[in-house]
Parts: sequence; structure tokens; C-alpha cells
Amino acid sequence: MNRRTGRTGWKTAIGVLLTGIMLFPVYWMLNVSLTRDQDMRKSPPDLLPLHGTLAGYRTVLDEQLPYLATSLVIGLGTVVLTVALAAPAGYALAKLRPRGGGLLGFLFLVAQMIPGIIMAMGFYAIYLQLGLLRSVPGLIVADSTLAVPFAVLIFTAFMSGIPGELLQAATMDGAGPLTTFRSIVLPMSRNAVVTVSLFAFLWSWSDFVFAGTLVNGGAHEPITLGIYHYIGNNNQEWNAIMATAVVASLPAAVILVLAQRYVAAGVTAGAVKD
Amino acid sequence: MGPMKLTAHPPDHRPVRTPTGPAGAFAPPPARPGTRRRPTSQQWAAWAFLTPVTLYLVLFYAYPLYRNLDLSLRDYTVRSFVQGNAPFTGLENYGKVLDDPTFAPALLHTVVFTAVCLVFQYAIGLALAVFFHQNFRLSATLRALFLVPWLLPLIVSASTWSWMLNSDSGIVNALLSTVGIDPVNWLTSPSWSLTSVIIANIWIGVPFNLVVLHSGLQSIPAGLYEAAALDGANAWQRFWRITFPLLRPVSAITLLLGLVYTLKVFDIIWIMTKGGPADSSTTFATWSYQLGFGNLLPAFGPGAAVGNLLVVAALVFGLLYIRVQRKQALS
Repeated sequence: MNRRTGRTGWKTAIGVLLTGIMLFPVYWMLNVSLTRDQDMRKSPPDLLPLHGTLAGYRTVLDEQLPYLATSLVIGLGTVVLTVALAAPAGYALAKLRPRGGGLLGFLFLVAQMIPGIIMAMGFYAIYLQLGLLRSVPGLIVADSTLAVPFAVLIFTAFMSGIPGELLQAATMDGAGPLTTFRSIVLPMSRNAVVTVSLFAFLWSWSDFVFAGTLVNGGAHEPITLGIYHYIGNNNQEWNAIMATAVVASLPAAVILVLAQRYVAAGVTAGAVKD
Repeated sequence: MGPMKLTAHPPDHRPVRTPTGPAGAFAPPPARPGTRRRPTSQQWAAWAFLTPVTLYLVLFYAYPLYRNLDLSLRDYTVRSFVQGNAPFTGLENYGKVLDDPTFAPALLHTVVFTAVCLVFQYAIGLALAVFFHQNFRLSATLRALFLVPWLLPLIVSASTWSWMLNSDSGIVNALLSTVGIDPVNWLTSPSWSLTSVIIANIWIGVPFNLVVLHSGLQSIPAGLYEAAALDGANAWQRFWRITFPLLRPVSAITLLLGLVYTLKVFDIIWIMTKGGPADSSTTFATWSYQLGFGNLLPAFGPGAAVGNLLVVAALVFGLLYIRVQRKQALS
């Protein structure tokens, strides 16, 4: 045992080093977010925030809270819409063997391949006519297109694993498909619901393409646009920009700490960000 | 910590821990004898459950795509865009786009960006996957930390890289100067801007490759390595004779999926360079957006035309991916 620990100690050291290199940009974001204005253009830059200031974070509190609130609303809305659409679909595709189900599944795969900007352009043309530009519900619907195909896939794969005998027993007891879905399938699919919700939230929280095309200049803009405006205005307060970036990264950090296994499951299930 | 299994239970029903790709999950379940017939009432129920999502597919995927196609076939101005009475011009927008001086550089940049990103993401991801597969202390935790770049909002990554690559105050130039290299105008020089966005995008893509390839490695039986070690094969030989060949199916999936998703990268490039300076980092994705939304006078028609060319490219490789994935699911 001891010999083994001794032998793998250097591997752990290399692993820590590699992780450090990989995460250096994240550290740098934190470091800059704490840097004073007068040190921002220093050459070479301070490697540690020795003269740290929270001025950047104060600016975030003053200016970015509405953006963060909008992002939260949009994220939660996307989660609800995505689960409501995808969970029943997953159940039908996995257990009810619908005619044409294979084609539908195939179409969802194809839908995932369409570049976001092309979708955004189409949405822009439609929303312009419907008067839905610069509206939060409009953005929620657009953002949900990022997650629904993935969600249908996750639910289908997961619900296929629910034993058929269980559902047959429910049918014997007189339960219709809706009751079976609500009282057996959905409660048993808790893990899938969590995975789908996490990714739906994260993707809509991170969305920049739809936000930039559909709600740019509106009364309620998400945090991604908050940061973008900061950069675009030739703002030199990089501590405030990076502080906003740090705050915008918090959901990702929380998810990684609390729900890491769901994330790994999502990635390997073909979850891919565009 | 291995990937969570996507089956409810029991877990041992899925012995091979290869990634459950999308096509695999949608592949028709093997028909069991006796359950072949599809009762009519069940059909009704199934389609009742599927109706919302089908409507959704038509309204929010098919229709935007149709609108985009329509945009590319008409001569739109801002006025006719609102009124919806633009004259039909057939393929004129496509002709315009092909003759545009930006076409050749955009095509070249798209190919270079995609190819270089894919090669590096895959190579680095594979090297890290093999390294972390050794299960030393903390390996699972460190591997989880590698996911961070993949989870961050793209605007966060892009703005962080922008500041790191800043010509005067960026940490990258500061580090280069300590080893005696002159400062590089990463984002403002036409000869470096494409390299800069490629570096940032590789950083974002490595975690995905690492996680998928790592889960692929776990399905290679450990006994093979032990046998090879007994036969005197060194680590290098074991990698090229066992790991690499047995990982080929997973590699194919990873690369194809990576290809589809790298083709459509937009955020990173737009936020870091806006495709500039002087189109030096323009790809089809940013060019399409530039035409439609980036100028005071939007050119919706040509923008949609460029976008549709991109859709065709993405779908060709996407369908190839689905084919490969299905084949693997069946074998």
C-alpha cells in the first residue's frame, strides 16, 4: 500500500501541475477582478492580488444586478419549458413505441446540428413580425431550443431503463398512460430530470447568440449582454468586467461542486455545447 | 468517479461503459418476442405525449430554418424585411456571396480553424485521458476540475482570453517577455488574430474530448494491458498497439461531433475579434452574422445565404456522425 502511494505521488504532482496550467485563465480572471484600477496597466502585471480591491465587485452590485436577475428568470423558464416538453416525449419514445418515433428521434439529432446563428436569424425574422423582439418569454423559447433535443435524448435513454414489468403492473391495476407517467415514470426519472435541468439552466444562462440578436437593447437583458456591453463600450475598468465574469461563472461553479456526476453523465451522453 | 449510468437500474445491465451517443439512444430497441404488436390505444397515448414536442419541432426548428431559406432567396431591405414583400430573386444572393472578396478567406479560415482546433483538442484530450486513466490519488477530482473551461459561459472565457492576450497589459505578452520574446499583437494584428481565437477555442474544447475519451478508455479490458506487459511491451507500445486501435470507435465519434460543433463556433470569435482585423479571423459563422446584424445596413439575404451554406456543411458531417454512431450501436 505504502509502496503504491509512493509510486503514484509524482503522478498526482504532475496532475496538479497540469490542472493548474489548464485553470490558469480562471485564476487570472479572479486576479484581475481584484486588481486596482491604477495597477491594471502595470507591466509586468501582478501575479497575486496583493493590493486587492473589491471595487470591481461593488460595480457589479451597482450595475449588474438587473442583468443577473433577468438571466435567472430566463434560466428557470428554460428549465421548466424544456422538462415539460421533453419528459413526456422521452416516455413515449422509450416505452410506448410510437409509429414514426424513430424518425422523430432522428429529427432531433439533426436539429442539434443546426448552427445557433442560423436559428437566431430565423427567430429574428419571426419575432420581428410577431412583435416578440426584446421580450423575455421570446428569449426563453429560443434558449430552450438549445436544450430540448438533448433533453429528449436523455429522457429516452433513461426511461428505457425503467423495467417494463413495473409499468405493466400499473396498467393491470387500471392506471392509464398519464397516471403511469405521473406517478411512476417521472418520480423514477429524478436523475434524468436533474441532469436535464442543470444543462438547460447552464446553456440558457450562458447563451450569447440568441440574447445578442433577440433582446439586444431591450429593457431586460441577460448577464451575457451585460458583460458584452461592458467590453463594447471600450470600458477600461477590467476589474469590473472580470468581476462580472466571475459572478456569471458562479452557476457553473456551483453545479460542478454539487452535481459533478450529472455533468459527467451529460457530457458522455453526447451533450455538447455549441 | 465514472460517468453516471443513464439507465434507471439495475446498473449491471450495461456492461460496456462507452458513451451513449445520441444515435445509440434513439436506435430502435431490440424487439422482444411477444411485444411486437402495437396496440392502437397505446399509439394514441404515445402521440398525445409527443404532440407538444412535435409542434415545437415544427414551430421552432423547421419554421426558423424555412424563414432563413426564404430570406436567402429574396432581395431583402430593412423596409421589405418589416413589410415582408421582398421580391424573389432565386439564387442571386448565393451568387453574390460566392463572388464576394470575403468568400475565399472565410472559407480558408473556417477550414483552418476547424482542422487545427480538432487536431489539438483531440490530441491534448487523449493525452490527458490516458494520463488520468491511471487512477492515482486525486485523479478523479482533478479530472472534474478540467471541466471548468467547458462549463463557463463563452462570453466569460472569451473576455478573459481577450484581456490575457491584450498587447500592452496582457499576461501572455508579459510571460513571453520574461523569456525574451517581443510582444505579439495577438488580437490586433491580422497575422495573429486567427491563432488567438484558435488557442482560446482549443482551451474550451479539451474538456469534452478528455471526458468522452476517458470514458472510452474505461471500456478497454485491463487484462489486455497486463498481458501486453507480460509480453514485455513498454508503455509507448501498449498505447499504439492497444489503446489507440481499441479507442477508434470512440475517437471517430468524438472527432465527428467535434467537427460539427467547431464548424459553427461563433461566440468566441465574435467576442474576441469580431472576425477582424480586416476579416483576418472571419469564418462562415461570423461572416453570416456580420452580414445580417453587424453593419448599420443589414444584408439579410446574403447573410442567410452564408448561413445556409454552413447548415449544409454541418448537416453533411452531422449525418455522417449519426451513421457511424448507429453502426457502432448495432455492432
